[in-house]
Amino acid sequence: MNEIRETILEILQDLHEDVDFENEDKLIDKKILDSFDIVTLISELSNEFDVTIPADKIIPENFNSADALAEMIAALEDE
Amino acid sequence: MLFTDSLFIFGLILLFLLYFLIPQKYRWMLLLAASIAFYAYSGWTNLLYIAATAVSTFFITRKIEKMAGAAKDEVSAHKSEWSRDEKKAFKERAKKKRRRWLTLLLIFNFGMLAVIKYGAFTMQNVNSIIGWFGEHGTLPVPNFLLPMGISFYLFQTMGYAIDVYREKYPCEKNFGRLALFVSFFPQLIQGPISRYDDLAKGLYAGNGFDAERVQLGVQRILWGYFKKVALADRILPAVTLLISDPEQYQGMYALLGMLYYTLQLYADFTGGIDITIGIGQVLGIPIAENFQRPFFSKNITEYWRRWHITLGTWFKDYLFYPISVAQPMLKLSKWSREKLGKNIGKYLPVYVSTIVVWFVTGLWHGAAWNFIVWGLMNAVIILISERCTPLYSRFHKKFAWSNTHAYDGFQAIRTTLMMGCLRMFDCYRDVPLTFKMFGTMFYKWNVHVFWDGSLMQLKLTAADYGVLLAGTVILFIASLLGRKGSVRKRIWDRSRVLSCCMTVTLLLIVLIFGAYGIGYDSSQFIYNQF
Repeated sequence: MNEIRETILEILQDLHEDVDFENEDKLIDKKILDSFDIVTLISELSNEFDVTIPADKIIPENFNSADALAEMIAALEDE
Repeated sequence: MLFTDSLFIFGLILLFLLYFLIPQKYRWMLLLAASIAFYAYSGWTNLLYIAATAVSTFFITRKIEKMAGAAKDEVSAHKSEWSRDEKKAFKERAKKKRRRWLTLLLIFNFGMLAVIKYGAFTMQNVNSIIGWFGEHGTLPVPNFLLPMGISFYLFQTMGYAIDVYREKYPCEKNFGRLALFVSFFPQLIQGPISRYDDLAKGLYAGNGFDAERVQLGVQRILWGYFKKVALADRILPAVTLLISDPEQYQGMYALLGMLYYTLQLYADFTGGIDITIGIGQVLGIPIAENFQRPFFSKNITEYWRRWHITLGTWFKDYLFYPISVAQPMLKLSKWSREKLGKNIGKYLPVYVSTIVVWFVTGLWHGAAWNFIVWGLMNAVIILISERCTPLYSRFHKKFAWSNTHAYDGFQAIRTTLMMGCLRMFDCYRDVPLTFKMFGTMFYKWNVHVFWDGSLMQLKLTAADYGVLLAGTVILFIASLLGRKGSVRKRIWDRSRVLSCCMTVTLLLIVLIFGAYGIGYDSSQFIYNQF
């Protein structure tokens, strides 16, 4: 899980280098990530973890923080 | 029937009275009856289309939900017997079956829209292509009458069906209640495109009379009427004149036409939505906001987050994301990472999905090349703007003056002008003419029209200009004040008497400054034609 989180943080930091992704837990609610970022992020995550993120998983709860993203990826890997 | 018809206004007052008089449990039925009556008034045949959407959605969403339940029961029954892979394979098969039913529903409904709205456009283009090969294009061109609000209620209902398929919420088990969600009359003219989980609760609650809610709702309705009849309808004759004769009205006239149309479209569309939301507020039914001061936007991307919000979020959730995360798109992304480099592979899904979404957004607005080009030009500007974001950040860091309110104002004016120019595609008959008219603004410097009395020859009197100018200033001030929350609510909280005075003043303004007169016939709402 920690490894997943670290990789996600690297991807996020690459998207917006000036955001504190380590502690931020309202990435969607505060509109830090927009729809373009989300799609780019999904493309990176799919490539990195070899998982399919279906459209119905694209909800704020799954994208609001690095932890939430890591949990979603871990759950998808388990399925 | 229009919101401005006297029959509608009379019917609305009657509905408000009845709604609060009858028992709570019958109120949603009254709304359904009113919606059917409203829709039937626009033509009995139109009822068939909306009924087909409601019936097909009702049965298929129930079927999808039953299948999902049965699949879950099956997995539970074999919990200990099946391996993880077996469970996964079973779930995949079950989901595929449900997807088939959803696809059938989508094809049936969007197919209906495609034939009615785009049949003629498609056949005309096919005939043109046949013509290029030297043959006379003689394929029949269908001529269907577009049912009122089909682009709105269909999108709203299909959004509901997709959400049920995604198991976001359970489907509606009562046909009458679903039919009300599909046909709720204030939204049939021009939206907004509501979500079931936002709208349904209020729709079926049958909320009773609440003085504050009714007062604020009536004010919102009157505010909408002010925008529609005092501003949009007043400037309409000038817009119609300026775009009707492109040979005569070029250069600064085209600029005037663009500015006038920008005001007309804003007042018309936001006014209509104000009336819709106001009706909902009186009835205790919260309806989604569709605008958030769009002309205060600093760029086009922001503008589209603030203008026609419910259409934008619909496309984002049901088209943009599904296309972006679809397997073929991810494969394309992977392939381009290997062949064209990491950077291109990373952004390719965003680019392709954006172009597709804006192509469809253009088509949604109308079956014409003007709208398609308009949509694609929006996509190009948004993508260029997105790629330039790091450049903008460096610019703002380097130049302190670019972080002032004055610069924000400049950006807002720039966005307004850009959107106005793009909206010229709404006005002129074809794409080449639109580009030509846009071009004349730069080389035909007939600036004298601003002071030689030509402005008075545009079917607008000095009094009209006075009302339009004052109205625009009022809209601007209201938007500024609205940034800190609802102005009507703040006035109500301060003083009930002041709030009542505001209602009476608004009513008087609508009655005195509305563009009535002998033979007055309010124009159709612009977005009702999309």
